[in-house]
Amino acid sequence: MTRSMIAAVMILGAGSMLAGAQATVQVRPSHLNGPRELAEQTARAVVQDYVESWQTLRDALGQNRVEVLDRDFVGAVRDKIAETIQQQAKSGLRTSYQDRSHDIQIVFYSPEGLSIELTDEVQYDQQVFEHDKLLTTQHVTAHYIAVLTPSETRWRVRVLQAVTQ
Amino acid sequence: MRLVRTLAAGIVLAAALPLLAQGGLTVPRTIEAGSAFSVQSSGSGQGTLYIVGPGQVLKRDVQLGSSVNFEAGALYNAGHYLVFLSGSGDTASLDVLPSSKVADVSFLARPSRLPVGLRDGITGAVYLFDSYQNLVTKPTTVDFQLSTPGSAAQNRNITTRDGAAWIAVDSSPKEGAAQFIARVGDIATKRIIGQVPGDPCGLQMTARPAGPKVALETAPVRDCSGNAVPDGTIITFTESFNGGQTTVDVPLKRGIAKVEMPAYPGATITVASGVVLGNQIRWGR
Repeated sequence: MTRSMIAAVMILGAGSMLAGAQATVQVRPSHLNGPRELAEQTARAVVQDYVESWQTLRDALGQNRVEVLDRDFVGAVRDKIAETIQQQAKSGLRTSYQDRSHDIQIVFYSPEGLSIELTDEVQYDQQVFEHDKLLTTQHVTAHYIAVLTPSETRWRVRVLQAVTQ
Repeated sequence: MRLVRTLAAGIVLAAALPLLAQGGLTVPRTIEAGSAFSVQSSGSGQGTLYIVGPGQVLKRDVQLGSSVNFEAGALYNAGHYLVFLSGSGDTASLDVLPSSKVADVSFLARPSRLPVGLRDGITGAVYLFDSYQNLVTKPTTVDFQLSTPGSAAQNRNITTRDGAAWIAVDSSPKEGAAQFIARVGDIATKRIIGQVPGDPCGLQMTARPAGPKVALETAPVRDCSGNAVPDGTIITFTESFNGGQTTVDVPLKRGIAKVEMPAYPGATITVASGVVLGNQIRWGR
């Protein structure tokens, strides 16, 4: 418990240093469903890569740029966001997702160590533009589930889904 | 709260959903991925309706004051969506839920090969997805089964949490290819796990004279569960005599290992396989 709290504080510190990230990041002690022990270093890397994926999401959907997705997203979620970008571009839209805060808890570490699932009570501002004209702004609070898998250099998001509790 | 009038049979399901009036828009609070639904707008004239989320974007020209119908399959990626009309300032939100029907069991089993009889030696982890590749987050029972020909199958039911479940099972006492299956309803994913014999157990050799030499031969080499240790496994014979030592490595052939070594009266001969020691023979004077 104490170690987890220390990890949370350390990650908070790391989060505030992320380039361009303005969101506050809180990490709750892990409540793991699974037999594998989660090393602090792994938890820290997962949270950092996850938070950075929101920056990528903002860049991709805010500028309709598919090519930036590959660093942080993989599999079906990458394809879904790419499809959204195409739909936006076709409609003359772009959307900014500016995350304001994250309240993260790691909930599952698979036995073989090849996937990690976390939940996130995230607050973000969603702004929709049509041909650079602001159509609407909304502040959103949502509960997200994300599944990340390791790649060569970082954890990449394989599932990112808002769920209704 | 206003009621949506169903304009077509295809949106009967949507009419049964809980609706929420948000500003000048009446939208379902939630829909299941891929289901038909409708959005009621207020006012008059022409407008544009937007449904925007990270997973999908829909844009429709609408007659304000009327109901806009979205056919089945129009909105299928689970998540949180913003619904709004251009120019009116009317906004609402809509949550798309994963279908409760599982269409894909993503199943990772490890390892692909292991010795028999290993406690909790095999692990499996699953994530459940619907037909639109949405993670099915509703608790769902997954039936895991590990079966090896000639051995009793191990069955266990695990309920998913946040769309995931895991299991650890013992490898069976009998060697062979095991089928490791994760099943939800009629959707099953199968993995093959190779179960190989463990280390030799009760390694025994006999010795007999063979001219000027001693002929050494093991009994058929088996693991502790009685499985034949595979041919090619190295068996090491060591003869110690008068301060000197001779070692011969012999691969198993048809389940046994045999070798001839110098017959020194009073020599001590041992047999081993890796770290497993067998019996010891003292060759008679």
